[in-house]
Amino acid sequence: MAKASQSQTEAYRRQQKKAKPPVPWARNLFWAFLVGGLICTAGEAVLKFFMAQGLRADQAAVPTSAVMVLVGSLLTGLGVYDELVRLGGMGAALPITGFANSIVAPAMEFKREGWVMGVGARMFQVAGPVIVYGLVASFAVGLVWFLVHGGTR
Amino acid sequence: MAVATKEAPRRLGERTFRFPAEPRIVATGSIAGRMEAEGPLGAEFDETVSDSLLGQASWERAERELMRRAVEHAVRKAGWTLGDVDFMFGGDLLNQIVSTSFAARDLDIPAFGLFSACATLTAALTLAAMAVDGGYARRALAAVSSHHDTAERQYRFPTEFGNQRPPTAQWTATAGAAFLLAAEGEGPRITMATPGRVVDYGLKDPFDMGSAMAPAAADTIAAHLRDTGRDPSDYDMVLTGDLAAVGTPLVRELLAQRGYDIEDVHEDCGLLLYDRERQDVHAGGSGAACSGATVAAHIWKRLAQGDLRRVLLVATGALHSPTTYQQGETIPCVAHAVVLEAPRAAGG
Repeated sequence: MAKASQSQTEAYRRQQKKAKPPVPWARNLFWAFLVGGLICTAGEAVLKFFMAQGLRADQAAVPTSAVMVLVGSLLTGLGVYDELVRLGGMGAALPITGFANSIVAPAMEFKREGWVMGVGARMFQVAGPVIVYGLVASFAVGLVWFLVHGGTR
Repeated sequence: MAVATKEAPRRLGERTFRFPAEPRIVATGSIAGRMEAEGPLGAEFDETVSDSLLGQASWERAERELMRRAVEHAVRKAGWTLGDVDFMFGGDLLNQIVSTSFAARDLDIPAFGLFSACATLTAALTLAAMAVDGGYARRALAAVSSHHDTAERQYRFPTEFGNQRPPTAQWTATAGAAFLLAAEGEGPRITMATPGRVVDYGLKDPFDMGSAMAPAAADTIAAHLRDTGRDPSDYDMVLTGDLAAVGTPLVRELLAQRGYDIEDVHEDCGLLLYDRERQDVHAGGSGAACSGATVAAHIWKRLAQGDLRRVLLVATGALHSPTTYQQGETIPCVAHAVVLEAPRAAGG
């Protein structure tokens, strides 16, 4: 049989697990900490800059996000951001700069398929699920808040 | 009758066949991208390009260009014109094998498009050899292409999207390769072929194709050795397509379990094309043109010089699509084998 039996499959899986190179956890964690830490430090510096211009912390957060999205997009366009994630993993993918990368990368990629069916339809290929389940999660949290606090803050 | 007794039977055992006419590979053509040019075989390609777009408007167009130029190099080196080619067998990794069809449109050669993923090289060589051996073509062409960026965007993520690949992942080669087969002339011979069954050992990880493909390679190699009554030591090299660092120990182990020790003669194109110490290709190379370019540029030369006498070339392919793996299906794989031998004069 060209489709292996259950026992063949299991025997092969055991064999294959031994042959698999180990994921370099320590190295990955180190770089994730370093790259993620640097991005967050840069974000903090931008935040401090806006606060020095007289904005309150909560007010300064909005232009800070905008600047970081711009930086993430720019680095994606320059072909640098994918290298940063290759090194830093989640350290570079998780901050808002990574979110920007996940939108700009497909937008660049599918421009050749046109503005509507290419850029328009594919832009959220990666970020779409994040937005959908982010909304679902915030709805669920909001519902719990409402049930516990009865709509008052 | 007289004719029937003179000719040895074409079929051997369960699924191997011989080519009594021994079609020659009279010339090959190869073109490779920047990563491949920086690899250990960099100096051997007919042409290398540093621009992954090859001056084209899209990577898809660039990939066609790779195939077209590989064919033109082969035809030029053979001293033929495109009109001398009776027909071509070609394939690539893209949906509807567009690289092959569009290249064939520009080349204006009667063409058959093939899809066996990265095993397409040996599928094309087998069919081209059959056509020449059977007298249906005097001159036939086998061609493959693959492109890192077209494969990434089709199978995985947009190319500029940041993601961390696991160490089992492989690097799709940006290259094109073409082989010109003829009933007469000088060149390494194709003497046998063993087509592969589609084998599925239940693996699902598209970032670990070496593990998925190793059982298919082992199945075909074992069938070939059984059918021919040969031993791995009858070959100077058993050359798999793109099992890379993860699949290589697995295929050796699987064959050892069946009583065949290939350790001493086994090589893998996925490990020959790049230097994993220097180049960030994780487990090694993959793609239809990974084996294609390695054989066209490097192995063909060694056979032609008589430095290698007999090679069992086993290209391996993972036959999944993005749709099938998103739907949770396992990865069926195939490996087709051909026997390449040094030219009669050089081989003694």
